[in-house]
Amino acid sequence: MSTRSRRDTRDFWLFVGPLLLGLIIFSYVPIGWSLYLSFFDARNTVTPEVFVGVGNYTAMLTNEAFLSSLVTFSAFAVGIVPLTYVAALALALAVDRVKFAKAFFRSVFFLPFACSYVVAALIWKTSLFSGVNYGLVNSVLGAFGIDPVAWTGTADPPLYWIVLITARLWLQLGFYMLLFIAALQRIPDRLYEAAWLDGAKPGWQVFRYITLPQLRGTSVAVLLLLLINAFQAFDEFYNILGDARGYPPYGRPPLVYLYYTALGSGGQDLGRGSAGAVILSVLIAVVTLVQGKVLGFGKGRDR
Amino acid sequence: MAAALFLLPFYLLIRNGLATREEITSPQWTFLPADLHWENVAALFVDTEVPFARSLLNSAMVAVLQTGGELLLCSAAGYGLARIPYRHSGKVLGVVVATLLVPTSVTFVPSFVLVSSLGWLSDLRGLVVPGLFSALNTVLFRQFFLDFPSELEDAGRIDGLGRWGVFRRIVLPNSTGFLAAIAAITFIGSWNSFLWPLVIAQDSSSWTVQVALSGLLTAQNPQLNLLFAAAAISILPIVLLFVGLQRYLVRGVTETGVNG
Repeated sequence: MSTRSRRDTRDFWLFVGPLLLGLIIFSYVPIGWSLYLSFFDARNTVTPEVFVGVGNYTAMLTNEAFLSSLVTFSAFAVGIVPLTYVAALALALAVDRVKFAKAFFRSVFFLPFACSYVVAALIWKTSLFSGVNYGLVNSVLGAFGIDPVAWTGTADPPLYWIVLITARLWLQLGFYMLLFIAALQRIPDRLYEAAWLDGAKPGWQVFRYITLPQLRGTSVAVLLLLLINAFQAFDEFYNILGDARGYPPYGRPPLVYLYYTALGSGGQDLGRGSAGAVILSVLIAVVTLVQGKVLGFGKGRDR
Repeated sequence: MAAALFLLPFYLLIRNGLATREEITSPQWTFLPADLHWENVAALFVDTEVPFARSLLNSAMVAVLQTGGELLLCSAAGYGLARIPYRHSGKVLGVVVATLLVPTSVTFVPSFVLVSSLGWLSDLRGLVVPGLFSALNTVLFRQFFLDFPSELEDAGRIDGLGRWGVFRRIVLPNSTGFLAAIAAITFIGSWNSFLWPLVIAQDSSSWTVQVALSGLLTAQNPQLNLLFAAAAISILPIVLLFVGLQRYLVRGVTETGVNG
């Protein structure tokens, strides 16, 4: 071992060591501990003694509430993912096209990125879609002689989806629009020139045969980001549907369910909460690995 | 048209924040309150029932510490992984990248267990430290430094700087745009985060502003005008940051988004 390489080794650990140590303590240890807890009866304790094998897992996988949280996520994803994708792409094309005030429009659509989910939930719940007659939407409906609608108060019809989906759409649309704008700017002009020479009609044909295929990498990345982010939805659900009386039995996505199981006021069942966390982690990891297969891991750039 | 629709929620926020309670709950819609009630804002800092001023301070401390710490740790690690020849460098990178598979929000239960056994509940350490070690930012810094022109570093070497000196005096000062991009995204994410502070900050003295707002919102019969005034104040620093650093934010979004 030469002094040179010994110095390199020392420098490497000097630069990378602190981060790696933190990652091990705050990422690997919790996941390992979670695995351990998930095989024990760990109600209200983090040092359990009763080994229950896969009991927590079978309990979770046959638990009505846990399974319905996955159904809730699926319903949410079916609403929010395609809607955000199409709207973000359409906005990106529109903003890319306008001749005047391009920066202004881009800023306006991106501005909600500065707003937290809690603040958006507050606006949506108590002002925009407030169930009483002074809410903005109900005021507009009232002007047409329609009675106030209880937007978040009923499980059937599930109108709360309109509130939840529009809130998230408003919050995240600008972010994804920016990703598409950046991708559009990377498409070389000569492709458009070639299409024009080949007699492709500007508009739909060019979009269909040039723009869309060129955006393939970004599209896949955006769809997966949308899906993974929807899977982790918590803030707006907790703040829009929950109140002083607690959280209604409907509309609980996985993380809300997990929060009430592991840390809710009804006793802390860390064993089942951990088993739930492990199941959800595996689901996410599978989706991410599929993304890696499709895109090449960590290189989600358009080539 | 769509742009006006997008600004509507901000309008509601300001309208309700400067109205009286009666004006908000009046069935007769008014576009602007008759008088602007700035005393709503003052009331927030006088009313000690909800520690609003304290929560703003907590959020500011958490966001500043987290952004500063994360930039230092992740840029150094990214640089080491990009530039320092070491036999097991690839393995270390693998250990870092593997954590990208599972988002931290999904593992909040075990992380809570860990933080509570460290005795960090309702404590600044519990709010800041677990979020410092970002695998994503490390990977982004590594990619950025791989493309960094090595001539500059060589020049520093010739001037007798060690590795840390080159990094601190040459590499970082020449990466300010990228640093600002990552900093802006990290700061906003930290200021706006909710699930982790909700789990960790159990005493009201350690609440961040998002937890305080949520507590007001989900209470029985909230005072809407004060709630909206509080929410408006809470997004003010971020909107100012947004206006000032938009160029970097856009870059940050495209860097983190496509790789995220």
